[in-house]
Amino acid sequence: MKILKIFILLFLVTNFSELRSDEINDVLKSKILKNIRCLICQGQSVYDSESEFASSIKLIVDRKINEGLKEKQIYLFLREKYGDWVIFDPQLNKNTYVLWLLPLLLFLFGGAIIYKKIVSNKNNKI
Amino acid sequence: MKNKFSLFIVVIFLSFCFIIFYKGLNAPNNYTPKVSEKKNIPTFKAKDFYSDNYINSDKIFEESTFYIVNIWASWCVPCRAEHPLLMQLSKNQSIKLIGLNYRDNFNNAKKFIDDFGNPYSRILIDKDGTLGVEFGAYGVPETFLIDRKKFIIKKFVGPINQEIVNEIKSIIK
Repeated sequence: MKILKIFILLFLVTNFSELRSDEINDVLKSKILKNIRCLICQGQSVYDSESEFASSIKLIVDRKINEGLKEKQIYLFLREKYGDWVIFDPQLNKNTYVLWLLPLLLFLFGGAIIYKKIVSNKNNKI
Repeated sequence: MKNKFSLFIVVIFLSFCFIIFYKGLNAPNNYTPKVSEKKNIPTFKAKDFYSDNYINSDKIFEESTFYIVNIWASWCVPCRAEHPLLMQLSKNQSIKLIGLNYRDNFNNAKKFIDDFGNPYSRILIDKDGTLGVEFGAYGVPETFLIDRKKFIIKKFVGPINQEIVNEIKSIIK
């Protein structure tokens, strides 16, 4: 009886862990698919799209996850095939320097103007 | 002096915005992935159209021959338009054509080939479209030119035309 209990317990534990790994893969798959642009209906992500291209990408991503590829490796695979534009979240490289650095420059420029204004207001009060 | 400087900054900013939006007006709003550099042929295993056997990509592409990989389907109207040009290219001895039958019904695809002729030295079946993704395709028809060292050197999205055929002929000379 005790052995049977142990077997049942082991069975349950192994099954739960399998379910968990499936769930983790599903979460990862959704996260990746939401970050890939559908090249047919270009405003939509592959996750939301019903196009044939999107369904092929869904299969590919599923296959790559099952092969044990990490999220970044899957993005790299897709970028090699379709370019940076296929990923919604662009990487920092020579083509995207302006995209990444311009907001920072504008922020610093705005900050400098505000700082200058505050300093001049203080000087005027004195 | 201070007002002049502010005006200068505003003018520069507005000019910058104008240039960005003006360029945006002329830019096409559809993105097309380009083959800007040579890419290796993907390694894959695919089902042969006639024999139903699986073949490895390294057994399909031999060195010292140019290849064209053409993605087609019987339901694709532009594929019919480009088919005579593929037939014309298939007569060239220095190139071999590989067809990738994309998400198609076997009987319809076979009828298409029987009706319009077979320009391909081999046809592979891409039932779920994943083989097309391995090549970097996102629609049909698409055509890839592969050089003697097994690099993808050109990609043509949409049906090929006489101009593209001439370009391919000048490359494979």
